[in-house]
Amino acid sequence: MSGSLGRAAAALLRWGRGAGGGLRGQGVRAASSGGSGSSERLDALVKKDRVVVFLKGTPEQPQCGFSNAVVQILRLHGVRDYAAYNVLDDPQLRQGIKDYSNWPTIPQVYLNGEFVGGCDILLQMHQNGDLVEELKKLGIRSALLGEKKDQDSK
Amino acid sequence: MELSAEYLREKLQRDLEAEHVEVEDTTPSRCASSFRVLVVSAKFEGKPLLQRHRLVNTCLAEELLHIHAFEQKTLTPEQWTREQQK
Repeated sequence: MSGSLGRAAAALLRWGRGAGGGLRGQGVRAASSGGSGSSERLDALVKKDRVVVFLKGTPEQPQCGFSNAVVQILRLHGVRDYAAYNVLDDPQLRQGIKDYSNWPTIPQVYLNGEFVGGCDILLQMHQNGDLVEELKKLGIRSALLGEKKDQDSK
Repeated sequence: MELSAEYLREKLQRDLEAEHVEVEDTTPSRCASSFRVLVVSAKFEGKPLLQRHRLVNTCLAEELLHIHAFEQKTLTPEQWTREQQK
């Protein structure tokens, strides 16, 4: 077991975040006890805003390449109004959202209260145009649509 | 636990009846155990991305508890053929 403890500690040191992130995946799993990682609270969080993301870090300072990718994609589409929750600040949230979504990793993206996926999926949706469509359904016009009004008629 | 790229590759191939699997150990460029996988399987046909990824996650549920970072690409055999032609 000392091998995995050493690895987790090395990871924490590398990110320079001290003990804030906790030891991922080890120890007690957060039960639905009404804490910050409870399914009741998470259910409310993902439904409160149209676009909700769970990140390592913040949109201003992502602490992980995958979380950063999610932030950048949303920025590209001009989505400014979204709720971002930093799992590094809250170990209960970090484990709770993984249980709630039944998804093993962070970042996690929710659109209209529905789990969409992680960074891989968001990136593919961005590349194949699906993200523009999904945002449209939420009443958000992607910045990538630009001012394309009568150009088709040329 | 023995977490090698080869072990993951075999498990994915077996459980998802995959026609092609690539597993890359990306640990050196991250700070902890990380992998990037490509799975090509007919089982993905007709399934949206999220469902495909969940199939992979379920296959590697045990292993993912010990993996820090995980990237995946899931293609049907047809998509794979098209991609190789690019």
